[in-house]
Amino acid sequence: MPNIQTQGTEEVHPDVLLVNRARAGDVQAFEKLVKQYDRQVFRIAQHITQNREDAEDVVQDAFLKAYEKLDQFQGNSKFYTWLVRIAVNESLMRLRKRRTGRMVSIDEDVETDEGSMPRDLADWGPDPEMQYGQSELADILRKTIQGLPPGFRTVFVLRDVEGLSTEETAETLGLSVPAVKSRLLRARLQLRERLSRYFRKNKRDGVK
Amino acid sequence: MTCSEFIAQLDDLLENRVSATLRAELDEHLRTCEHCVITMNTTRKTIEIYRSHELYELPNDLRDRLQKAILAKCKKC
Repeated sequence: MPNIQTQGTEEVHPDVLLVNRARAGDVQAFEKLVKQYDRQVFRIAQHITQNREDAEDVVQDAFLKAYEKLDQFQGNSKFYTWLVRIAVNESLMRLRKRRTGRMVSIDEDVETDEGSMPRDLADWGPDPEMQYGQSELADILRKTIQGLPPGFRTVFVLRDVEGLSTEETAETLGLSVPAVKSRLLRARLQLRERLSRYFRKNKRDGVK
Repeated sequence: MTCSEFIAQLDDLLENRVSATLRAELDEHLRTCEHCVITMNTTRKTIEIYRSHELYELPNDLRDRLQKAILAKCKKC
């Protein structure tokens, strides 16, 4: 994302300028922020909640909360990571509501040993996804990531899908950097192992 | 280097965040361990595939509706 050069050597992120205008009552400035980040918030919310209606609600509630709390935005983090933090909390709350009686948090199911050491030795072809049509592939990818515990899924989505840095992911989720790294590794290895069922070399013609 | 030690460095390796010395040790392990070569390549591919496929697109009509709802509520704040 481009930074705007201001006086001297100090750089101000364009989002901060929009936040400042929104704080002063300029709703159009906030509209720009909504248009810039609504797709990402929807994607993150859908990944965490696994429910379309919840994801739609999260988009609305996350932006409204952000708007109401603009005064609390310090500017020492990016607006986007601050917004994502709100969206993740809203998403986890909705996931919890849908799964009444079951605690859902960023710490859930992370103690499992599954995926800590790879078991499936099967190699994949150079373009394994070419074995499938686009919509079949999307179904496989959705189904595979849905199977991860929420704590792993969230870290993987923020870090690898949305491209936040490890430090930003840690800040967003209120986790330590080592905790993010450990979850990311296990999330990646679990996904890899699960995808091997579909992508292993020569799967379709049955030759090992 | 054992496979466990290699796996512990996998994320940093995939992101090119390892020192030259460690890199040489990891490469040495890869020369003799097909298991870790496969794990590294398929993990890299896993990340690439998820990065390059949009799984939850926000349709334009829904997007418009959400934007309007958000801004209408903001104006009432």
